[in-house]
Amino acid sequence: MKLKHFFNLEWKQYFRSSYWQKSIALNILLIFVALYFIAIFLFLGIALYPILKEQLPNQDPLNIVNGFLFYWVLVDILMRFFFQKLPVMTVKPLLTLPVKRSKIVHYVLGKSALSFFNFLPLFAIIPFGVTLMNNDYPISSVLIWMLSLLIITLIINFLNFIIESLSSQTELSFLPIIVFAGGLFALNYFNVVSFTSLISNGISSIYNNPILVIVPLIILIGLYMVNFKNLKKQLYLDSSLKSKAEEVKTSDLAWTRKFGNVAPFLQLDLRLIWRNKRPRSSVFILIIGLLYGLFFYPNPTYQDKPWFFAFIGIFVTGIFLINFGQFIPAWDSGYYKMLMSQNIKYKEYLKSKFTLMTASVVILFILSIPYVYFGWKILLAHFAAAIYNIGVNTHVILLGGSYNRKKINLNQRAAFNYQGTGAVQWLIGIPLLLIPLGLFGLLYAISSFEIACLVLAILGVIGIVFHQKLMKLITQKYLDSKYKMIDAFSQET
Amino acid sequence: MIVTSDLTKTYSDKTVLKIQSLDIPKGQSFGLVGNNGAGKTTYFSLLLDLIKPTTGTIKNNNIQVDESEDWKPFTSAFIDESFLIGYLTPEEYFYFIGDLRGQNKADIDTLLSQFEDFFHGEILNQKKYLRDLSKGNQKKVGIVAALIGNPEVIILDEPFANLDPTTQIRLKAIIKDLAEKHGVTILISSHDLLHVTDVCERIVVLDKGEIIKDLTTGGATLKELEAHFTQ
Repeated sequence: MKLKHFFNLEWKQYFRSSYWQKSIALNILLIFVALYFIAIFLFLGIALYPILKEQLPNQDPLNIVNGFLFYWVLVDILMRFFFQKLPVMTVKPLLTLPVKRSKIVHYVLGKSALSFFNFLPLFAIIPFGVTLMNNDYPISSVLIWMLSLLIITLIINFLNFIIESLSSQTELSFLPIIVFAGGLFALNYFNVVSFTSLISNGISSIYNNPILVIVPLIILIGLYMVNFKNLKKQLYLDSSLKSKAEEVKTSDLAWTRKFGNVAPFLQLDLRLIWRNKRPRSSVFILIIGLLYGLFFYPNPTYQDKPWFFAFIGIFVTGIFLINFGQFIPAWDSGYYKMLMSQNIKYKEYLKSKFTLMTASVVILFILSIPYVYFGWKILLAHFAAAIYNIGVNTHVILLGGSYNRKKINLNQRAAFNYQGTGAVQWLIGIPLLLIPLGLFGLLYAISSFEIACLVLAILGVIGIVFHQKLMKLITQKYLDSKYKMIDAFSQET
Repeated sequence: MIVTSDLTKTYSDKTVLKIQSLDIPKGQSFGLVGNNGAGKTTYFSLLLDLIKPTTGTIKNNNIQVDESEDWKPFTSAFIDESFLIGYLTPEEYFYFIGDLRGQNKADIDTLLSQFEDFFHGEILNQKKYLRDLSKGNQKKVGIVAALIGNPEVIILDEPFANLDPTTQIRLKAIIKDLAEKHGVTILISSHDLLHVTDVCERIVVLDKGEIIKDLTTGGATLKELEAHFTQ
């Protein structure tokens, strides 16, 4: 009975938000991405058995699959952390109503079990299981095997819930997941604890002795209980008020005066970044972005693929630009009405954002110079990418901001608010990264690496030369959508 | 100072505001009263060009507000908490607004020193961010911020709500002083009939978006308003 009300509330919250109505195209794109993954998993489920049989005729395909389960678990955890949006529910209005707290928590947890990420593996598991049965594996054992994989999926689901709530409390939002996944991988890799064989043997034992399925089931129930307790604790208003006595660290940021008219906004932006959890995390992402090249450059496979360098360069030097820029002007959405009624020049407001992003690109480029260790070409590509970032991507992302209609609540720290980054935000990065990658790759294919770098840099220089003109255009775009933005930002999402 | 003509605001087919003509002369303290949904905040939002009028115009000192932004330097407002920047301290917020209105730090400090009574020791040097202040204290900050830069027009939406009695009395004195001695045009909306009649020379009653009473405040005004709202 109550459940019906909850569903009803969420349905309305989702479809009545201004964000949904304005981004149908984006939603359609997301549906296509989902269909794409379903197709891949389906293909995997159907084709895996015959392929393994043909490639490795001496081994049991089921055993090989079991051997890879650990990596699947790791990848699943990482993917979920970045892409799975945890179920969020506005609980405050419900607290004083005659609804049991435990009911709210059960509902929220139960909803997370219905996530797309939990259904996706089924598209591979079920066809693979059916193939096994067709090849004379005992039906009951295969069913148990499928069941235990489903349980593992749910275990990951609730584990992710815990990891995300941990990381939402710390400053370094990515640290828990990196430590957790990296730790597991390292322990396994250096054979301290061989999770590969542990999980593989575990699943095999369940396969041979179905009663053991109780072990993962107990783990699942245990995790559910932990989540239940955590969330129930957060359901009191005072738990979100507790951290109130935040000590203020002031600094008058006098050095920003050098920037003249832009100074007040620059000070505001710096304080915005430093004093709010959400934007502050984009500073810590810098570290990860900066190290991103290390995933590729030491690897010999990429050494002879220089067309890839520009992409890494755009990413390494532009990580802050992308991360901070995509939410302009939503960062200021809380007091946008005030800004619009003040005696401000839009141009200076935008200029401050531009200055900040440009400075970040320059600093990140300087910090990324050590990559020259892996070759001069990398430095050249990074340099071209940095100029491209300054000249083109900054303007593109500012322009994109004028279509921004989603409020960010900086003050929010209520329970269930994990302000994570969903798939939607990542999609915005595509035009910023893929266009230069495509262009660079094409030029590299038809001419040379140096020419490709040169063209990328020239495009950036053109952007810098026409900076004033472009800013005028962008400012006009913002002015045109002024009323729409004010309206959207005054709605709670 | 503020001339409104043929102003209407319509959402789909519902007209929420319809003002044939309303002139507010310079230096007047002007009160707007009316029940919820009467159109008070809508009118203020139109005046600040936060929403677009469906028809008609508002001219602020002969500047049409939705065509030029030149009214901004001499107009200031505090509508609600969304005018505050939660992650700044009160001082930083005042300096920021000061920067936007061409006032340096010393100007702001001089201005703030006049409001020490009003702040009651709960605003300045508290080492707290605005988001951590109580609703009433936030309101005090917003109101004082609206006085920065010697504006000629000040718009305050429900300034008395959430304030404690002492502060309400002090605020009334501040508003009277600004209108009488400094010639500032002040627009106030309120649900508190007593306060409005105390402070405003002229009171306009809005009902369902239309002006139904336009009174010059006198001895009988409060009675008349009370009679009107009892119906």
